[in-house]
Amino acid sequence: MTTNIPQTNEPHVTDAEANLELKEIEGLSQGQIVRKRFFRHWGAVTSMIVLALIIILAFTSVGISAGPVRIPGWWAWDWTQNPRPVNGGTPSWEHPFGQDSIGKDLFALVMRGTQQSLMIMVLVGLIGATIGIVIGALSGFFRGWVDSVLMRFTDVIITIPFIVIGAVIGSTFGKLGAFVLAIVLGLFSWTGLARLVRGEFLSLREREFVDAARVAGASNGRIIFKHILPNAMGVIIVNTTLLMAGAILAETGLSFLGFGVQPPDTSLGLIISLNQEAFQTRPWLFWWPGAFIIVIALCINFIGDGLRDAFDPRQKRMPSERAMRQADVAAADAAALRGHEAEDPAFAAAADGQAPGPDARAPRAEGDTAGDRGDRDRG
Amino acid sequence: MATFIVRRLIAAVLILLAATFLMYNMVAFSGDPLEDLRGVQTPQTAQLIEARIRLLHLDVPPPLRYFIWLGGIGGCFIGQCDFGMTIQQQPVLNVLLNSMDQTLRLVTIATIVAIILGIVIGITTALRQYSSYDYGVTFISFLFFSLPIFWFAVLLKQFLAIGANDWLQTGAQIDWWVIVVVALVSGLFWMSVLGGDPKRKAITFALGTLAGGLVLGYMSMSGWFLNPRFILFGLDFSLLAIAFLMLSVALIVTAILAGIKNRRSLMIGLGVAVVGIALYYPVNYYLFNPQVVPMNFWILAGLAVVTILVGVGAGWVFGGDNKSVNMKIGGWTAFLVGAIMVVDRHMQLWQAYSQSGYIRGRPIATIGASNPGFSQSSFFVQGVDAFTHLLLPTIALMVISFAGYTRYTRASLLEVLNQDYIRTARAKGLTERTVIVRHAFRNALIPITTIVAFDIAGIIGGAVITERVFGWTGMGSMFINGLNQVDPNPVMAFFLVTGALALLFNMLADIAYAALDPRIRVS
Repeated sequence: MTTNIPQTNEPHVTDAEANLELKEIEGLSQGQIVRKRFFRHWGAVTSMIVLALIIILAFTSVGISAGPVRIPGWWAWDWTQNPRPVNGGTPSWEHPFGQDSIGKDLFALVMRGTQQSLMIMVLVGLIGATIGIVIGALSGFFRGWVDSVLMRFTDVIITIPFIVIGAVIGSTFGKLGAFVLAIVLGLFSWTGLARLVRGEFLSLREREFVDAARVAGASNGRIIFKHILPNAMGVIIVNTTLLMAGAILAETGLSFLGFGVQPPDTSLGLIISLNQEAFQTRPWLFWWPGAFIIVIALCINFIGDGLRDAFDPRQKRMPSERAMRQADVAAADAAALRGHEAEDPAFAAAADGQAPGPDARAPRAEGDTAGDRGDRDRG
Repeated sequence: MATFIVRRLIAAVLILLAATFLMYNMVAFSGDPLEDLRGVQTPQTAQLIEARIRLLHLDVPPPLRYFIWLGGIGGCFIGQCDFGMTIQQQPVLNVLLNSMDQTLRLVTIATIVAIILGIVIGITTALRQYSSYDYGVTFISFLFFSLPIFWFAVLLKQFLAIGANDWLQTGAQIDWWVIVVVALVSGLFWMSVLGGDPKRKAITFALGTLAGGLVLGYMSMSGWFLNPRFILFGLDFSLLAIAFLMLSVALIVTAILAGIKNRRSLMIGLGVAVVGIALYYPVNYYLFNPQVVPMNFWILAGLAVVTILVGVGAGWVFGGDNKSVNMKIGGWTAFLVGAIMVVDRHMQLWQAYSQSGYIRGRPIATIGASNPGFSQSSFFVQGVDAFTHLLLPTIALMVISFAGYTRYTRASLLEVLNQDYIRTARAKGLTERTVIVRHAFRNALIPITTIVAFDIAGIIGGAVITERVFGWTGMGSMFINGLNQVDPNPVMAFFLVTGALALLFNMLADIAYAALDPRIRVS
């Protein structure tokens, strides 16, 4: 008897799950459900906070410089200034990230590079997602010759590895600055998303609610934008985040090869490229920009993972097998005890919360179909 | 099937035509190919410009120039390939033939290693879902996804090449704390992969730690990394270690394909391994002796086929009433036993290789695809040389696609394990091994075939960067140099090969898909 008492708390684990299930059908909107699930994914939430901190740090420290507009930041140095190298450029109080071989402050350089990477990431994501959605939606919805033409066009672009086409673009547009480069990169980054959106549309357009909308007299545009697109939003958002993570890596890779951002402006890949020979003597020139690339890309990937869990209820994270087994045992114990201990508030609560018995256990591998689908066409 | 393949081929050719047209024009419009000449004002400048214009047909506008280029490529069908000239007045075809070999080798090996490792680790994570091993691999694959390949390659160069060479030069001793840490990690790894109840886990952990510690300790003490042989009291007992390895391979293959309790299958597997052990000295003294057999890649490939056929034959002859499974066991065991022998033949040469005059005790290369000093050496020495040069670029290239394959395999296997037919198979009372190997794994493979095709494009892109970091003069550097000089011909040669490779893999994936999944009709 006494051995059972510590376990009486266990059914609440499954109660919590059950309550969540109940809440999800309790008049919450789709957006509210998604937000709730997203904030339960601690990895994604942490990543979001880290990413926000990086964005704030990058844009306040060295200020913003876009064309003629120039807003100074709080950091003493600028990425264009060449202060005298202090102590061979080793990190110091004055230059916490160190200085490069000609004395540029590495913190300022890295912050500017982070700005560039973030801007390129957002622009490529936006442009790529927009074109991908339009092309995927048109070919998936109308099928027939529209589909054939658009998908053959997609095939042509997808045959060229992104880093290759990016290098060609970079050698043409790299001199015009990161902004133009980002826009042109975005124009070629939509192919994977277009295929996925097309697939979603092909299956969604056969569903009953689309027939219902059509019978009710909805136009094609209305069906696409109001009925099908919201249902495909999960796939789109998740894969856009993957596209953005890929864009960061592609940009840094291109800058490394010399086809991305050009001096005197800077980027994280360019810093590494210019200093790769100095690894033996000045390793900090190498570690800091690399660390920022990895942290940004990792944050985006984790946010994408959290969004996937949030959007697809099939792919919900399950408690561990052991936790479920314990919960089963505890629930069975509770069920056995419930008969004569129903007056105990703990058991009453368990009984009310339809404590699941062994049969109620979710199938072991339900979902978690990971959906790391989404092609990763990147370098 | 034939009409399907023909139709796909025609579509592939048309897509390649359109893609090359797009690429050609983009490269041709990306800058001015005469820029370097216009900068200098000498009496010959006008002449040089004139010569280059004639060489590269620069007086023809790019969209039309494309068709001149296409005509040259079309000549390949009548035996007169013309890939055009580079801006340095070399035929692109020669440059391509010199560089293609290295890049294709790199890409192929990286792809194959990534697929094998990714699928194996993906399966184990799916089978141990939500264990700490699973979470660890998940996190690592996220990290790999986010790694910039060039940054990682520079790190590899620093630590795995320069660091490892320093370490090899100073005696290759491992610190005791490294041995302890690695032993503990190996114990934890085996514990979480093999699983079971707490008692079994504890035993696995202890055995794993002990084995890891002993092996590493022995390797450190005997200088195994300098001369990878099993030497006791001055005598070479390598055959013992190899026999042990071959027998365990036979055991593992049998355990996976038929279960260890199946006596007949076990005997076939072990029998093939014993034949391999018996043939160890004859093979090493005659077949793998460059003075007897002038070994090259094709002979080795032929030997591999013969070995597999012998194994399959053994399975067929002694297979009893379960021929198909036993033939598979025989074939796989024979292949792996042969592979062990080939690897061992290379390892015999390791010490001589790393102490040779070209290497001077620093075997892991950071630059180039091969050491020209060994161009006259035997096949196996060149194999060691290729290994030391391929090691770092392959790791750098592999890491990203490896992450993708683990995630995909895991997801796909989990989805399959959740299907009704798996429940039916379990309910019939089949063993867990049969359920996983026969019912789940095959179906989980289907979606993986598609990402293999996708991944090729990514790996080729990565190869461009990796070649740059490791100073290879492969197709990647041909591409970069061509692009820098606004010279479309070498860029197009690069793209033609890689694009054709990508389309080929895409088509193979479609065919594999149709062959694996009977629901898909390809007519």
